[in-house]
Amino acid sequence: MKSIAGNPEAPVHGIAAEFQSARELYLAAEKIRDAGFRRWDVFSPFPIHGMDEAMGLKRSVLGKIVFLGGLAGFFIAVTLVFAPTSFLYPLIVAGKPTNLFTVPAFFPILFEITILFSAFTAVIGMILMNRLPRLNHALFNWDRFKKVTEDKFFAVIESEDKMFSGRPVREFLESLGGTNITTIHED
Amino acid sequence: MSQPAYTLDHLTDEERAVVRPPLVLNRRTMGWISSYISSIVEDRTPTWWWAAISVTVPMTLMCFALLAYLISTGIGVWGNNHPVGWAWDITNFVFWIGIGHAGTLISAILFLTRQKWRTSINRAAEAMTLFAVVCAGIYPAVHIGRVWMVWFLAPVPNSNAIWQNFRSPLLWDVFAVSTYFTVSVLFWYTGLIPDLATIRDRCTSKLKKGFYGILALGWRGGNRQWRHYEMAYLILAGLSTPLVLSVHSVVSFDFATSVIPGWHTTIFPPYFVAGAIFGGFAMVLTILIPACAIYKPLHDLVSIGHVDKMCKIILLTGSIVGYAYLMELFIAWYGADHYERAAFWYRAFGPYWWAYWAMMFCNVVAPQFFWFKFFRTHLVWVWILVQFPNMGMWLERFVIIATTLSRDFMPSAWGMFHPTWVDICTFAGTFGLFTTLFLIFIRFLPMICMFEVKAVLPEADPHYGEARH
Repeated sequence: MKSIAGNPEAPVHGIAAEFQSARELYLAAEKIRDAGFRRWDVFSPFPIHGMDEAMGLKRSVLGKIVFLGGLAGFFIAVTLVFAPTSFLYPLIVAGKPTNLFTVPAFFPILFEITILFSAFTAVIGMILMNRLPRLNHALFNWDRFKKVTEDKFFAVIESEDKMFSGRPVREFLESLGGTNITTIHED
Repeated sequence: MSQPAYTLDHLTDEERAVVRPPLVLNRRTMGWISSYISSIVEDRTPTWWWAAISVTVPMTLMCFALLAYLISTGIGVWGNNHPVGWAWDITNFVFWIGIGHAGTLISAILFLTRQKWRTSINRAAEAMTLFAVVCAGIYPAVHIGRVWMVWFLAPVPNSNAIWQNFRSPLLWDVFAVSTYFTVSVLFWYTGLIPDLATIRDRCTSKLKKGFYGILALGWRGGNRQWRHYEMAYLILAGLSTPLVLSVHSVVSFDFATSVIPGWHTTIFPPYFVAGAIFGGFAMVLTILIPACAIYKPLHDLVSIGHVDKMCKIILLTGSIVGYAYLMELFIAWYGADHYERAAFWYRAFGPYWWAYWAMMFCNVVAPQFFWFKFFRTHLVWVWILVQFPNMGMWLERFVIIATTLSRDFMPSAWGMFHPTWVDICTFAGTFGLFTTLFLIFIRFLPMICMFEVKAVLPEADPHYGEARH
């Protein structure tokens, strides 16, 4: 039986298969990777340890982006504290100098603003790199996919993939032990 | 209902004992975790909830009404006066902000140290952090007297083009506390996204689906998402760890950088941080034990083992605090400064002796019961014993602030502080605010981090069930 989800008139998003455990999904991911697919993903209720290697994914570059965000925060903080204190309105309070040697007294604010910018970069960067927020997605057309946030595991090979073709992909997913294999349409 | 997923059924009892002691008891499945924790949000509002909130909301309103009275009349409605210019306001501020620290410790430091048991308590503890910081934030804002001038704290020049003094510990405090609150919200929300998606996928009403759907940002749980998500979570934990240590250090700088005898000590930052974690864990247990008593099946997730570990942390940090108290006394004597010695003498034997000795009992003596497993594993005893740190940490801040200020250098400038009814009722009101926010949290958001608890189940391991060598 060929099951489909979404509007059959609309273009195909991909072919999805359901798996029953993290282990099954992990083994399937290794095989999909070895088969040479590029546009595919596995879905699980929680991050699976080691799945990045099983999928052949590299380490997230978010860390580098956050470093840049933190650096920007640091320089903004430097400007914020030094510009008024050293240039715009130098004012000696409690005998503390207004020049560069004030760094110890500036340290807490420099630190806090650096952390603040890094944290915002981490969260906003993560959301944007995940192509979120979005109100809908083709996968939500499939009713069974609701279980992905509960206790079911899925693998999806997208139609964008160069090696994508209807029947062979279905059979491939079936051979990996996937069940409820479904063609997902956009809309 | 959920299907029975993977269990340890195929293992013999001996084999199961070799596997680490399970973090989730009664072999609960992923489906059970989702459906039970979501059901707390989805089911009809229970009667106890209405009963509780009908007490806490009037308390909150009382707090707001008294703040309005304070702002419209002036700081004189509090007992603050010369020489005790900081009194209950700053005591309560430090008390609440300190409580927040346990939440960040659980969510960040225990994450970095791979303490997997944290997964079932971090959500509630982080929520507690936020609500405690909300209560804390009230005091510095209103104690300045003319609240409409609060923008002076923001880094913008005043009408004479004079800027803030960025070298002042009070301004450091503004930056530290506001950063702490913001980063805690980000951390908490990031942790919530996958769980909000769980509730989105479960709920049936359109309104709820829209509400949780928008909050969940369209989360799908793909590994390409988890990859960045886990990295973001790790980075946030890494950022929050020095942040939380800095916040209470900066709070302690408000005191330590002054020249008042009794405040001018270098031990303050570590001693404040240890005290904050101590008091915060006590508050975590104070609210989690009743929550689990109401939702009994949660005992499979927040088990005696968790309570036991938290009690051990209370014992450890309480002992650090006790050490700091003794070291303060020793340095006061050894430093041979007349005023410093006098300040500590007054703490112990001056007019506020009762606060000092009550603090000593609550923070140093009472936690020592946690050396005994009996007291760490019987919930009623735990709940009773953690009330001592709760009280003791408030008393500690009162001792540091009011006692110290009441007697500084010149006897002619000495004076006592007496709280007014407004002081007392405002403080009581903040407990109402804290509890109200927590009750709302329990009703509308999953109080346990479902996806993280699922990830510590044995069957979450991709090598689960493989032959062990």
